[in-house]
Amino acid sequence: MIFENILLAIGSLRANKMRSLLTMLGIIIGITSVIAIMTVGNSMSASVSDQLSVFGTGNISVYIQEKSEDTGNTPLFMRSATLSESGGIVPDSRSSSKAPDSEDLMTQDMIDAFAEAFRGRIDGVSQARPVADSAQARDGELYANVSVYGVNAAFENANRIELVAGRFINASDVAGNRGVAVVSEKAIQNMFAGETPEGALGRQLKTYANGGINVYTIVGVYKYTRSVLSVSSVAEKDIRTNLYIPVSVAMMDSVEKNFSSVTAVAAKGVNVVSLTSEIENYFRSVYARNEDFGVAANNMESELSAITNALDQISMAIALIAAISLLVGGIGVMNIMLVSVTERTREIGTRKALGARNSHIRLQFVTEAAIIAVIGGVIGIILGVSGGTALVSFLDVPMIIDPLTVFGTIVFSMCIGIFFGYYPANKAAKLNPIDALRYE
Amino acid sequence: MIDAENITKSYFTGTPNELTVLKNVNFHVEKGEFVAVVGASGSGKSTLMNILGALDKPTSGGYALDGEPLEKLSDNQLSAIRNRKIGFVFQNFNLIPRVTALKNVELPLFYMGVGGAERERKSRELLELVEMADRAKHVPNELSGGQKQRVAIARSLANDPAIILADEPTGALDSKTGLMVMDIFTRINRDGRTIVLITHNPELARMAGRVITLSDGEIISDERVKGGAIA
Repeated sequence: MIFENILLAIGSLRANKMRSLLTMLGIIIGITSVIAIMTVGNSMSASVSDQLSVFGTGNISVYIQEKSEDTGNTPLFMRSATLSESGGIVPDSRSSSKAPDSEDLMTQDMIDAFAEAFRGRIDGVSQARPVADSAQARDGELYANVSVYGVNAAFENANRIELVAGRFINASDVAGNRGVAVVSEKAIQNMFAGETPEGALGRQLKTYANGGINVYTIVGVYKYTRSVLSVSSVAEKDIRTNLYIPVSVAMMDSVEKNFSSVTAVAAKGVNVVSLTSEIENYFRSVYARNEDFGVAANNMESELSAITNALDQISMAIALIAAISLLVGGIGVMNIMLVSVTERTREIGTRKALGARNSHIRLQFVTEAAIIAVIGGVIGIILGVSGGTALVSFLDVPMIIDPLTVFGTIVFSMCIGIFFGYYPANKAAKLNPIDALRYE
Repeated sequence: MIDAENITKSYFTGTPNELTVLKNVNFHVEKGEFVAVVGASGSGKSTLMNILGALDKPTSGGYALDGEPLEKLSDNQLSAIRNRKIGFVFQNFNLIPRVTALKNVELPLFYMGVGGAERERKSRELLELVEMADRAKHVPNELSGGQKQRVAIARSLANDPAIILADEPTGALDSKTGLMVMDIFTRINRDGRTIVLITHNPELARMAGRVITLSDGEIISDERVKGGAIA
């Protein structure tokens, strides 16, 4: 019976192709926008999680903050924040706040004491000191663009550095102020044409930055991954990657010996959230006598879920707005079904005379409305997915299509058809057969 | 087969405009009869037809079809009665546009719940009977008036009804085609089918076995026709 009705419905839609298509248009536009927005939204939040997960959710940012600043529980991203060099997220200071002086910052002794106090619960404290943002590493004529950072051994873990050859900066490099460097495979390619990462180990490079030249021996090469969020038009040979040297070597040329932020890496199995507040408590006593500044701590885990939540909410909100066009589409279906019922009054009368019950007539017209909506929905899904794919590839984020969304959309458009088709169908079902047969 | 007692049909009952279309009509038809109902327009023929066809209910009076009283039945039950016991043939054919002659004939069987293969077999047989088998796959628009009416007659027979009600079946046809359609009715009647035919053409009416004349909502004559069909 249902199958017969579907065939019947398709037959009458084919008899009025242009009209059916125009009726579907509202549904098509609605479904297309909902699907496209959901696809872009899902892909974006997946990509942000991906981006941030580089740091690991166990990372806890420990940073200097003005004591008067009321942070409450506002997630960092709601305020302005930056990725810290050591591998965490640190909020920007308010413009009104005064900058901390050197003596307000964390000294190396303080950091060492902190690492000692939490030994076993943290896998080290990552420190980083930017040396030169735009430097060149050279070997003769060939060069590679680099940013130079002084880092300690814990940095590797906090930033999930993946080595392809050699080793990372270690504690004795830092202790011994060794002139060693860890570079990316991209820098190796550009600097030593045709050299393998293994072959580059032990070779020397010169960095040119801020008018100075430094010589380092390469001890390690890390895997280069292109940042997923960067839309970059830079040529392969000009891509800038990080070059890491021991933090102690970086400090030698630096006036500022203290740190405004470090990143602690929670050990496996430790509750990151409670560890974060314990760290804040620890520093509260350390900074008890400082009137203006204290130390705040933030973990990536809370940040990450807050960001993904917010992104999901934003895409849901936009999708809801897009769903309004579905409502309009549904009204279009109702309108055209009412026209169709009027046009086919005689047919309805005939069917009733031949023994159709009211329910037969109702089912016939509801099926027709549902078919319009479902076909519109399927076309909308195809357009939405391809539109979403185009947008996603433009934004350069990985494509995520949620099969549940697709299935849900088909069911939803069918419901729209049934909901908006019911009134016209019921009107048809209730026609008096005598009047309907006499209708001209 | 048809037992209508004291049928009265009024509109606007109880208002100054009260209009009585049928007045105490007693109407009996035996199984296998071919009855023609004639009368001027406005005489109440169509109203009588609607009541006999279970499309309308009388204001008062009793009506039993094939021994089954219809007064107390619900809309759905009346649909079932129309489906199983009555075959309609209309003046303007009332074939469903867009669907083939075959599918049109299948329609009553579809509402009866008969399966697809059986529907098609039976419908082809009926199209054969009215000599329309070669047009089974044509849609109504591709058929002439006479052909459409033959398809409609085939459709009226699909559910093997107790009675065929034909409302001016030749009204939209030229006289030659009209005679051909009347021929088919006569043939069907000879096979034992009960037929009630409404017409205002006295010549065609005389081809039936019995002619009932209506005037102003009352039966004014009821005569057997010699040499007509079975009466």
